[in-house]
Amino acid sequence: MSSVHVSTTINGDPTDYVCDADETLLDVLRNRLGLTGAKEGCSTGDCGACSVTIDGRLTCSCLVLGAEVDGAKIGTIEGMANGEKLHPLQKKFIEHAALQCGICTPGFLIAAKSLLDHNPKPTETEVRFALAGNLCRCTGYDKIVRAVMDTAAELRRA
Amino acid sequence: MPLDNAESSTRKYKVVGTRPNRPDGVDKVTGRARFGADAVAPGQLVGLILRSPHAHAKIKSIDASKALKLAGVKAVVTKDDLPDKTDGDAGLYDVLVNVMAREKALYQGHAVAAVAATSAAIAKAALKLINVDYEILPHVTDVDEAMKPNAPLLYPKMITDGVDPKPKKPSNIVRRYEFGHGDVEAGFRQADIVIERSFKTEATHQGYIEPHACLANVGPDGQGELWVCTQGHFMVRDTCARLLGMDFSKLRVTASEIGGGFGGKTTVFIEPVALALSRKANRPVKVVMSREEVFKATGPTSSSSIDVKIGATKDGRIVAGDATLRYQGGAFAGSPVEFGAMTAFAQYDLDNVRAIGFDVVCNRPKQAAYRAPGAPMANFAVESVIEELAHKVGMEPIDFRIKNAAREGTHSSYGPIYGPIGLLPTLQKAREHPHFKAPLGKNQGRGMACGFWFNFGGQSCVSMNIGVDGTVSVTVGSPDIGGSRASMGLMTAEELGIPYEKVRTVIADTGTLGYNDVTDGSRTTFATGMACILAARDAIKKLCARAAQIWGIPEDAVTWENGHAKPAGANAGNHPPMSLKEIAAQAPSTGGPIAGHHEYSADGAGVSFATHICDSEVDPETGFTKILRYTVLQDAGKAVHPSYVEGQFQGGAVQGIGWALNEEYIYGKDGRLQNAGFLDYRIPVCSDLPMIDTVILEIPNPGHPYGVRGVGETSIVPPLAAVANSVSAAVGVRMTETPISPPKLLAALEKQSAMKKAAE
Amino acid sequence: MAKVIIWSSLKSHTGGESNLEIEAVNVKDLLARLGETYPGLQPQLKRGVSVSVDGIIFRDGWLTPLKSDSEVVLLPRMQGG
Repeated sequence: MSSVHVSTTINGDPTDYVCDADETLLDVLRNRLGLTGAKEGCSTGDCGACSVTIDGRLTCSCLVLGAEVDGAKIGTIEGMANGEKLHPLQKKFIEHAALQCGICTPGFLIAAKSLLDHNPKPTETEVRFALAGNLCRCTGYDKIVRAVMDTAAELRRA
Repeated sequence: MPLDNAESSTRKYKVVGTRPNRPDGVDKVTGRARFGADAVAPGQLVGLILRSPHAHAKIKSIDASKALKLAGVKAVVTKDDLPDKTDGDAGLYDVLVNVMAREKALYQGHAVAAVAATSAAIAKAALKLINVDYEILPHVTDVDEAMKPNAPLLYPKMITDGVDPKPKKPSNIVRRYEFGHGDVEAGFRQADIVIERSFKTEATHQGYIEPHACLANVGPDGQGELWVCTQGHFMVRDTCARLLGMDFSKLRVTASEIGGGFGGKTTVFIEPVALALSRKANRPVKVVMSREEVFKATGPTSSSSIDVKIGATKDGRIVAGDATLRYQGGAFAGSPVEFGAMTAFAQYDLDNVRAIGFDVVCNRPKQAAYRAPGAPMANFAVESVIEELAHKVGMEPIDFRIKNAAREGTHSSYGPIYGPIGLLPTLQKAREHPHFKAPLGKNQGRGMACGFWFNFGGQSCVSMNIGVDGTVSVTVGSPDIGGSRASMGLMTAEELGIPYEKVRTVIADTGTLGYNDVTDGSRTTFATGMACILAARDAIKKLCARAAQIWGIPEDAVTWENGHAKPAGANAGNHPPMSLKEIAAQAPSTGGPIAGHHEYSADGAGVSFATHICDSEVDPETGFTKILRYTVLQDAGKAVHPSYVEGQFQGGAVQGIGWALNEEYIYGKDGRLQNAGFLDYRIPVCSDLPMIDTVILEIPNPGHPYGVRGVGETSIVPPLAAVANSVSAAVGVRMTETPISPPKLLAALEKQSAMKKAAE
Repeated sequence: MAKVIIWSSLKSHTGGESNLEIEAVNVKDLLARLGETYPGLQPQLKRGVSVSVDGIIFRDGWLTPLKSDSEVVLLPRMQGG
């Protein structure tokens, strides 16, 4: 199995690693870089728990090879807060009790941020469809949607 | 156990009932929280499990010699590494066999061997080198097929228990149960209207997003550590220690954060194997299940086949209810059919009721609990017939249910007489709810159902330690699966009279506390919460004693009020109140650390009733059902943290909606699971659903100081019937099988349309 | 004498009776005597039971005292999810 040397930027930090040719980006993040915020829920791109952004695009990291992201800018949950300042989405998720077990939360936050970066005034339906690629089994999605809508409103006021 | 039932209804709470942020929130929104697969240990090996591709097969031999020769492979285990130490405990023996097959592979996915290697790639290659010689046997996966006289037998010596006279021939029927009272035949003779129907539900999976994962570390001195995502790390410790022949105290288990359980993580699957591998290799071994393995080889629910017959007089009084339930629990005894039988009619006040249950084995994975185990299927059947009966009698379904609802003093269908229960309040509140006034259009319909779960107490230990700075550390042994840390903190702060922010709740490992029962049975806020309250009262006694010593007055001359020790009366002396912080600051020099404890087995859990209302719209061209409106009204006794109570209502309801509309285990003729992934095992996604409205009722449970009732499980019980009833109202077809997926509904609609045409 | 009600499918072990009377001071005592008097019940008792005493369900509280007129309902061992 051949090894590949990859240079990327992760959460703004230049990051180099060596990985196997068949290793997913998710495996690299979790097993080589210690960035365990992205979770493996299914490894087939169906649950969204591994969501990251690659050059600003929302992606399931289990469907991308570690070798494919040379030169790309990766965004993970670990980069969402600004030092000790939580992103408004993170704050609202806690306030609205939009998480119970919390395993899907990193994926949802990445997906929700991606939505609000592209559409600052989503309707409830738009929020629901934007988040349809992230599975949650605990909450029934109600409080997640409320948290995202509330954050969108707060960001618009700012 | 002192009960404060009078207090709970009139007491004004300072923090209980508010909605502060949960203490582990920041960890979970930043990715810092560590779940089962997030731990690493130096030198760790990757553990992988070899699983039977066949639904039923004799294992003639296992040859792992080639695998052992592969560089990087450090251990291979089979059943020979897990000798039978179950000592006649039949339940534990079944767990052992499920964890690692012995003479037979009993279902596709059944573990037959395992390897530990220095990398995932080597472990995968090693599995391919293990040669298993199978003799394929005929299999059966359907519950009704498994009960037929010529069905392939899983256990050639199994004679059905609970049948008189004892059957002469073996079968796949483990046991027959019967519950009820009165005389159903006599009851039916009094009925003006009788409805009889048969139902089937397919197996579903709890669908937690986090696959099972653990990291085991056992040394040659027989001491071990295990990091695992579980609902009960004490159960894991005791079960694994017994299976591996270790002393309980030598195995320390730490519960990681858990990414969902819902009952599916109340037992062990990979943990004994990981420990056995680690012991053999003398290195840490990490085992993480794939999603496919989770579907194939953990614990889905039973599938069921149920007959229900209910009779009523023309003025709407139910005179008899009779049900026969057939559940398959996978390849081992123990489907929750008895709970299905017990809960089927639990919502009603009946003079004549009977529920018969058959526990059946077949070639499927061993079932595990899924929120109110056994109840949703039974409720689907009974509440569907109730709705139909209401319409036939000419009453509104809600009024029909109110007329026949169980109340305090009712002889329940499963035996005990009910104490104070919240069913009528939920029904009456539902009746007034704006949901009932929402307009309905074409192909839209409204359905309802009410449901119930027992809840129970069990063992909990709490250690409450007061820091010298006056902040409090609460150590509990109940893994937090839904936000319970916040509730423990609220109850502690309430009792001690200090701010919520000054309390931190930590879930400790098995070496730190006495035994804690699994976080299941909706027991945590009730039993562990009550333990926190009692531990706080224990701490208060000690704080008062300390204050008394400092003041030089008798202990019983000191009381506790608003977080302060005060002299009980004017004649106790003129001492200004001393806060918890002030007393704690002096602890080192006045006798040492101050702590409160409580270890017990809680009883007196209160049952929780709920009423659900569902509006749906059916697309007659595709058979697709969209949920338009959904309301949950449920009795919580006392909502300690209302946001997390609402969360339980909503989460359980959505799981039930998924069960009703889309989720099912699909087996091929070869006995293999066809849809072992989230693409084809379709759980509800965000765009499928509306907001789930919730109403919390509070009819106090006399068995808890604040009146708390467990709420986590009841919410999955009514949705199957509520959805089915709404579909029936929308398009006039009665669906008697779940899931009510588009192909099935479309077929039913086409059949209905053909019948209409034929009649014209 | 505590009144003990067993579920219907266990009646074959008690000569067809589901309403029994047992002299016992606590639940542990009661279950032991139940098993002695009706040996056919022992396998179920060994597998596990819960009891309801005067309406309150106990899963493990075997030392719970019984009053002279306590009503005990035998139930399968409770399990949750």
